[in-house]
Amino acid sequence: MDAPVIITRNLTKVYKMGEMEVHALRGVSLEIKRGEVVAIMGPSGSGKSTLMNTLGCLDQPSGGEYILDGETVADLNDDQLADIRNRKVGFVFQSFNLLARSTALSNVELPLRYSGTTSGRKEKARLALESVGLGDRIDHRPAELSGGQQQRVAIARALVNEPAILMADEPTGNLDSKVGQEIMDLLLNLNKESGTTLIIITHDPKVAAQAQRTIRLHDGQIREEVPA
Amino acid sequence: MNIWRAVIEALESLNGNKMRSGLTMLGIVIGVAAVIAMLALGAGAQDTILGSLSGIGTNLLFVFSGGEDESIRNPEPLTIGDAEALQDSFSAPSIEAVAPILQGSSEVSYGGEASTVTLTGVTPAYFPVRNYAVTEGETISEEHILGRASVVLLGVEVADNLFGHRDGLVGETIRVEGQPFRVIGVLEEQGGGMMGSQDNEILIPFSTAQARILRRSPADRVDVIFVQSVDADSVTTTEEEISQILSQRHRTAVGENDFTVFSQQDMVDTASSITGILTTFIGGIAAISLLVGGIGIMNIMLVSVTERTREIGLRKALGARKQDILIQFLTESSLLSLVGGLIGIALGWAIGAVVGVISTNSGTAFEPVVSLSAILLATIFSTVIGLFFGIYPANRAANLVPVEALRYE
Ligand SMILES: Nc1ncnc2c1ncn2[C@@H]1O[C@H](COP(=O)(O)OP(=O)(O)O)[C@@H](O)[C@H]1O
Ligand SMILES: [Mg+2]
Repeated sequence: MDAPVIITRNLTKVYKMGEMEVHALRGVSLEIKRGEVVAIMGPSGSGKSTLMNTLGCLDQPSGGEYILDGETVADLNDDQLADIRNRKVGFVFQSFNLLARSTALSNVELPLRYSGTTSGRKEKARLALESVGLGDRIDHRPAELSGGQQQRVAIARALVNEPAILMADEPTGNLDSKVGQEIMDLLLNLNKESGTTLIIITHDPKVAAQAQRTIRLHDGQIREEVPA
Repeated sequence: MNIWRAVIEALESLNGNKMRSGLTMLGIVIGVAAVIAMLALGAGAQDTILGSLSGIGTNLLFVFSGGEDESIRNPEPLTIGDAEALQDSFSAPSIEAVAPILQGSSEVSYGGEASTVTLTGVTPAYFPVRNYAVTEGETISEEHILGRASVVLLGVEVADNLFGHRDGLVGETIRVEGQPFRVIGVLEEQGGGMMGSQDNEILIPFSTAQARILRRSPADRVDVIFVQSVDADSVTTTEEEISQILSQRHRTAVGENDFTVFSQQDMVDTASSITGILTTFIGGIAAISLLVGGIGIMNIMLVSVTERTREIGLRKALGARKQDILIQFLTESSLLSLVGGLIGIALGWAIGAVVGVISTNSGTAFEPVVSLSAILLATIFSTVIGLFFGIYPANRAANLVPVEALRYE
């Protein structure tokens, strides 16, 4: 059997705010297999975003161990972490996070630029936009696109470097349920076609129901894991 | 990420906030414009002064009475005898020519027109020494000196003022201090000099001035002695010979001369050092303005980093390394100051040119000189300012923790 793409052992995260300490993660141990679709649920403030940011190498844990695709993350320096974010992980955010001044094409091109890809960047970006159904919108700026279309651009941007894992923090949170379902279909299709591991944070049980497994967080700890 | 791409992206970003970018650049524009204009005017002033100094004649020295030390007892004035002693080719072999003068201001009139002019009593030697020539008529001769002739040479401005024209004046009679003088020639136009117009001048025989117009006591006193050295290399020797001869004649103690010898080169040096000091001084003010401009850039870049915290976080989430962010912001800040610098160079050049035109129109020939080195200096300096003052904000951006930056509202 293939080794899990994500392994954490007793992961903790403490935010210090002056005298106050916020324990956002209190010992999270989990494994996620390559190609798996996992939903993370839990009440607001339970540490879902913190967990995703840690798994996505946007932040370092305060304690515990994290092995991503065979590499111990704690041993990596800033540039290596940037490289992991660039090549292994794709992010989709609730608020899309597109560069407002840039066209859809330039937005999707951005990760390619940071990965040092020199040739065929525009072509790759265009193909990624086509694969999310926006081949005819490549020169539009975010303000000229609907919310669903903007999230599609963000997905194209997340997958343009063909990452092993795609992490989405409430990707449908800002969309109505019909458009949200379209986005979910897109993500699930991506998983089916390319085998990309999906980690989706959501409040919506209907969204979670489409995952192979749901991890429920409560107060920084895993309360239960529900296989579909 | 290649530099070209970074430049385009920086331009897009600066273009996105034109007003702010423009105002930020203004500090650099003003600073660089001031530097360029000052350097151009300084160099132009220097050229003009050096030009007018060399127009006085070649390899000249000037002897004035009065020592550098005011407290010398019983100072003796310079006399005709001193001038004659300097002509001795045995004790002063490096002296080519000696021209003593008397000089003062005087009233001249012709018909109903009157004017105040500089009157100079000269000997024939004065003309070769000062490079003076006439456009018509003749210069002052030995006979005029011996006969204390009432003859006069007119500067062109005097001719214009009295007659309204410059030719056909030989043979006319004008009045100098009420006495009739016959015009024997008109001097070539000299143009504006350092000390006002040299064309508002009349020349009469030395002996005539001494006897009738500029009476001095003692009677054989002279105001200035012009001395021409045989060649440029002998100027220092000439200076020594003059000092030697005059201190012997005046019986002055060592180091207590009651006269001053000043060479053309001394004047050039003095003029250069004055324009140099001025240029440095105003250049310093300009540099302060550049510094202020740089701080303005830093301020705006800091604001921009804060405003774009989320964008920075996003870029980092997409794989931007520290150096990518650093380059992005440094490119922006140095582009700001580089463009500001280029505009400043153009503006400074224009200011210099306008001042040049104004001063030329008002009579002082003046050509501002913008040197390539000044342009290079300003370009490099302004870019370096942008880089330097961009480092702190760029570093701040590069060191943002991605997750913190993404959370920033
Ligand atoms: N950067 C931070 N500084 C301080 N506290 C934080 C920070 N990020 C998250 N927290 C705190 O950690 C806890 C978990 O937050 P988060 O992971 O965003 O929860 P969720 O995404 O499940 O709503 C919350 O109490 C939150 O206030
Ligand atoms: Mg959250």
